[in-house]
Amino acid sequence: MSYFEYLAEFGPRFVDGTIITALQTVLAAVLAIFIAFVAGLMRMSPNPLIRGIATVYIEIFRGTSLLVQLYWIFFVLPLFGITLEKFTAGFVAVGMNLGAYGAELVRGGILSVPRGQWEAALALNMSPTKRMIRIIFPQALLNMLPPWGNLLIELLKGTALVSLISVSDLMFEAKQINSTTFLSIQAFGTALVIYYVMARFAITPFMRWLERFMSRKLGRA
Amino acid sequence: MSEDMSAYPLRLEGDDVPMVRFMNVTKSYGALVVLDSLDLDVAAGEMVSVIGPSGSGKTTVLRMLMTLETINGGVIYVDGQPLTHMEKNGVLVPASEKHLRKMRADIGMCFQHFNLFPHMTAVENCMEAPVHVLGLSKKEARERSLELLQMVGLEDKVDQHPSRLSGGQQQRVAIARALAMRPKVMLFDEVTSALDPEVIGEVTNVIRELVDKHNLTMLMVTHQMGFAKEISDRVCFFFGGKIEEQGSPDELFGNPQKERTQQFLSAVMEAG
Ligand SMILES: Nc1ncnc2c1ncn2[C@@H]1O[C@H](COP(=O)(O)OP(=O)(O)OP(=O)(O)O)[C@@H](O)[C@H]1O
Ligand SMILES: [Mg+2]
Repeated sequence: MSYFEYLAEFGPRFVDGTIITALQTVLAAVLAIFIAFVAGLMRMSPNPLIRGIATVYIEIFRGTSLLVQLYWIFFVLPLFGITLEKFTAGFVAVGMNLGAYGAELVRGGILSVPRGQWEAALALNMSPTKRMIRIIFPQALLNMLPPWGNLLIELLKGTALVSLISVSDLMFEAKQINSTTFLSIQAFGTALVIYYVMARFAITPFMRWLERFMSRKLGRA
Repeated sequence: MSEDMSAYPLRLEGDDVPMVRFMNVTKSYGALVVLDSLDLDVAAGEMVSVIGPSGSGKTTVLRMLMTLETINGGVIYVDGQPLTHMEKNGVLVPASEKHLRKMRADIGMCFQHFNLFPHMTAVENCMEAPVHVLGLSKKEARERSLELLQMVGLEDKVDQHPSRLSGGQQQRVAIARALAMRPKVMLFDEVTSALDPEVIGEVTNVIRELVDKHNLTMLMVTHQMGFAKEISDRVCFFFGGKIEEQGSPDELFGNPQKERTQQFLSAVMEAG
């Protein structure tokens, strides 16, 4: 069977898998960004309890394997009465894991804004919340965009693990097709190329565009 | 530090209440005492220059007044009211955030490195606090800001971001931004030190105009002895966290009494 014939036969399933992978990536990214901001801000709280909760969360999710976390969320949580559908369990695990890494990016981004910006805002009598939202955040966001690009690519790659709880993503489809055809090079080669294309030709250009857009908005262009 | 606060009045009353009073103010970082029992009054409308060697505590004085630093002893009063403290059951207790926010409204500050908000244009920098702190409408805030930017000679730069402005222009925006809050007291911390020599005049001209035409109380830390001499009502020479000597510009520059003042002045005169 030529590769064209192979694609003609299995292409639609690769497409289906890719769509699921893209969905997992987007949903996990949204969750990761949300968690990253909440946990990142909590890490900077003057209240030691709030800071402690965030630190423990970040330590656990960065210090243990994503696969183990995924199995916990899918297989162990039901024993405590929390049952998630496999699709949901998939992106929740990936999002919670990458969110822990993102929290450090958020914290780093905020700390990278020069002290003088806080001081100028305080000298203008802005409230702590206004200082954060109107002065520090916009600048922190721009500073943290490049590392976020890398993190989102990690996140995309991380979603391949959801195939292990039978979410029918790209990796799952590739494995299924491989187990019926035994054409491993075609199956995993195709998957490899699609993951690469998604990272290099979707996420990277999107992040570049976002950086340019933000720089212009912030008057740094 | 437990200090007997009953030695400090709850507020200053009488005919000649100063706009700013440092009363027995102490500031230390760990074991390092940066300011030692400082007493300093600035009258309403007065321009006081602060000079002295590096590390003598000049910046710290301004930062305490701007509430960027807490103090370790004493009380600072602004317009007769305690700034660092507030009254509770007839005694002074350390100020709450709420009290500080009320009192800070009277004070504005300009920094050596401008600290403009880089993501906002010149006029947006000026409008930010009037809109988001004072609650002015955008229209009012814009009018007020444009007027001030015109006063500092930047009417053609209002829509530029700070990255497109020279140091002198940025510092003038920073002055306009502080004035937009209509403070009673303005603090200048070496506002010309980061500037190229040829643009220092742009900024000193603005300050000169403030002194001439506005009834602001000003406290200015500077290394420009000539400017301090020309413009100040009074000059304070700081040394080792204390006011070593103070007086009118003519007295202090023309006939310094203390040896340290003489040494400092002759050193800076030699340097240029
Ligand atoms: N955050 C801080 N932590 C520890 N020490 C500090 C801190 N800020 C200032 N100091 C110390 O306090 C002293 C006074 O500092 P300050 O900045 O007021 O000096 P200055 O008179 O403004 O000097 P310069 O002319 O160099 O600006 C210095 O010895 C400085 O090292
Ligand atoms: Mg200083």
